[in-house]
Amino acid sequence: MRRPVDQHRPRDLKGRQHTMKPGDELRTLRTTPDKYLTVRYAGASGDFNPIHIDEEFARQVGLPGKILHGLWTMAQVARAQTEAGGGPHALKRLEVQFRGMGLPEQEIAVRSTVREVREADGVAIVDTVAEQAGNQIIRNAVAELDVT
Amino acid sequence: MSVDTTAVGKSYPSTTYAVGREKVREYAFATGETDALHLDVGAARKAGYADVVAPPMFCVVYSAPAIAPAILDPEVGIDFALMVHGAQEFRWGPLVVAGDEVTTQVSVESIDERDGRGFYVFRSTTTNQRDETVCVGRWTNIVRAT
Repeated sequence: MRRPVDQHRPRDLKGRQHTMKPGDELRTLRTTPDKYLTVRYAGASGDFNPIHIDEEFARQVGLPGKILHGLWTMAQVARAQTEAGGGPHALKRLEVQFRGMGLPEQEIAVRSTVREVREADGVAIVDTVAEQAGNQIIRNAVAELDVT
Repeated sequence: MSVDTTAVGKSYPSTTYAVGREKVREYAFATGETDALHLDVGAARKAGYADVVAPPMFCVVYSAPAIAPAILDPEVGIDFALMVHGAQEFRWGPLVVAGDEVTTQVSVESIDERDGRGFYVFRSTTTNQRDETVCVGRWTNIVRAT
């Protein structure tokens, strides 16, 4: 049974077991957005910018075709963290830079490495990137995971 | 390019979003979530939550009605044809669950020019019905020179 995070829990600072340590690589998340993913995400998120859902429009404005929503890709980076951290309560902070463009129908891999585990509160600082076809479409991303 | 910084510090009317169970599930499916906490009311309740749990990045859904008017504000003056979403940061507090009503307030944190590009940074702060801060967002939009 998992605890809701808003429920205060007494902590034994000395007896705490860290489940992550510096240098650990979290499990790589791999996902291939299908052809219609951007349409489903547009509906789910409310972002109907035509560069994401209209192939013709995207080409007219000089893109290779429909591009992924950056915030969908960020959600994959977040999911890599919550899956490794044991649930949605673990993710306390995520900061990303968007670079390049993500495209449908090509695999994305999210790779994450623990940089440090903060002594004061046991929060793991994780460096993470999302790559597609050799390009880092999200880079310099940092997550903070409460894994205590 | 030169950027107009008069809008720095400006804040916008807050918006309130009622988190719906099926909206959370729709968002969870669209983002590939498989954790039953997001999809199955029974599993969420068994884990101690009142209803399905919104994935952390669901914050973009409940923040959108507050952030959009700020980004579109003519006084901020973003040229959309030249804009890209450059960076994003979120900090999360207690988890949001279906049935919550969350209120988001947005302000213009900074407008700067660097390397001939304009950096427009917005801050969103979302609180729940118990006045707990559930999410703080920092949205960076970059406008390149013409």
